Amino acid sequence: MIFNEKFETMKLEDLKNLQSERLRALAKYVYERSPVYKKRIDESGYCLSDIKTIDDITKLPFTTKDDMRDYYPFGLFSMDSSKVAEFHVSSGTTGNPVVSGYSKDDVDLWGEAAARSIGAAGGKAGDIIQVAYGYGLFTGGLGLHYGALKFGCPIMPMSSGQTKRQIKLMSDFKPRILACTPSFAMYMGEEAHSLGFKPENISWEIGIFGAEPWTTAMQNEIDRSLGMLATDIYGLSEITGPGVAQECHLRQGLHIWSDVFYPEIIDPKTDLPVKEGELGELVITTLTRTGMPLLRYRTRDLVSINNEVCACGRTAPRISKIQGRTDDMIVIRGINVFPTQIEYALLQVEESLPNYQIIVDRADKGLDTIEVQVEIDQKFFSDEIKGIEAVKQKIKKSIEQTILVGVNVKLVEPKTIARSEGKAKRVIDNRKI
Amino acid sequence: MKITQMSVFIENTKGRLFDLCSILGKNNINIKALTLAESHEFGIVRLVVDKAEDAVEIARKNGFIASLAHIVAIEVSDDPGGLAEVLKVLSENDLNIEYMYGFVEKASDKALMVFKFEDIDKALEVLCKNKIPVISKETLNFSKN
Ligand SMILES: [Zn+2]
Repeated sequence: MIFNEKFETMKLEDLKNLQSERLRALAKYVYERSPVYKKRIDESGYCLSDIKTIDDITKLPFTTKDDMRDYYPFGLFSMDSSKVAEFHVSSGTTGNPVVSGYSKDDVDLWGEAAARSIGAAGGKAGDIIQVAYGYGLFTGGLGLHYGALKFGCPIMPMSSGQTKRQIKLMSDFKPRILACTPSFAMYMGEEAHSLGFKPENISWEIGIFGAEPWTTAMQNEIDRSLGMLATDIYGLSEITGPGVAQECHLRQGLHIWSDVFYPEIIDPKTDLPVKEGELGELVITTLTRTGMPLLRYRTRDLVSINNEVCACGRTAPRISKIQGRTDDMIVIRGINVFPTQIEYALLQVEESLPNYQIIVDRADKGLDTIEVQVEIDQKFFSDEIKGIEAVKQKIKKSIEQTILVGVNVKLVEPKTIARSEGKAKRVIDNRKI
Repeated sequence: MKITQMSVFIENTKGRLFDLCSILGKNNINIKALTLAESHEFGIVRLVVDKAEDAVEIARKNGFIASLAHIVAIEVSDDPGGLAEVLKVLSENDLNIEYMYGFVEKASDKALMVFKFEDIDKALEVLCKNKIPVISKETLNFSKN
């Protein structure tokens, strides 16, 4: 169901005019309120009057994750921190965490974006939603919560974890929508099966899954094992939590709500735009935020974009699923490898489960090695060593054909790879570089 | 007569075999024969137990990957050449042995061997024709004490 007909199906020409108008207002807003942006715009050689249409966006400076850390906590806000409604924080691997200040209007915008997303996934007012994303500084839980409130979906604010309780309440309340990370959805699926639930006893029909990269193959696996339509949601706390972009039921890319979050796809090395359909780094400008609006924020997520109008009627462009991160790409012997590729390869082999861990090591002679640990599936356990070796070889071949780097495959017992109830840790890099 | 054997996948972590045996022990499963087949990264433990179906279920509940397989237990006379005699018959009849191992205990003064055949039905027929005694499940269970 389309939540906001006016904006979601706006004619492309009108959409462009709206974006242009909003960009002009945004440039003025941050110039007047944020000393950091004022300085950067002054130094850029362009003035505010150069920003006429949305195409002039390339004249504005980028904002990076490092900026977020350098101006920690409130240095990038365009609003006094006393006027902020909520803070959200995502942890960083190094240095300061990343903080975003949401004004009351920003929280409202977030709810709007998440409501559009619930609608795109196939939800409608009155559908019970089980929110099993973490609530708190992490934006997952609250984002879907605000969206559901706006849409009129009764909310089960479960937060993450407590798997057995989640399943018990699912079977009692019969929610139609489940929102959580895809790895937690798979984990709950396994738990439900081991508790004796069949796909037909599972009330979830729609999954709104995000906060970690996953593949179409994993999506199909969730569809099948849980008997539901698994859709992908995208968001990041710096822009707004989940709801920046969402797959519609047709699942041909994620609609990015470009009237409020304007996307550009650039080559991360040259900073220049790539052609439509080519893979590049997603850069987002928050056209209407007021607490901490960001100009051309470098998400470090690699996606491609499709500007064609979707068959669902929405005119918002569609980004691909995240194909990798500019920074968590593993470089092995000069070749770029993304964990999602390994996942894709595993799903091509019916004997393997898409539960894996990649361990990168550097051998004595400086040669990098990858070991992929894969859980073996009960169904395919053969009584003979040669049968298991054959499965192992099949998995190895599938991975090697996908990533073009030799790997060692190690089969492990089920449930031995750590399942977090939040994000899955897929890569352990033991190289000391 | 076919005997049901339990096969379990274990990673080559030392404690896993112990875990498995102690779980079976706690659940009153009596192990009659056991062998470990290894590759350098994982192993398959094969066990003849008194209640194979229950044992598989218990193992699975405890997170192991386990399955059932049909094997044949044969009494081999405990003299020099006793095993060779049996193998000769099997080979003359083109019976492929996937693997074999010996029993922990004896039912009589003869040695007990477990055979996994590619074609178990054909194997049973050949053994019968050649008067090589095959041990029944009942005999195995009686030999408990
Ligand atoms: Zn669509």
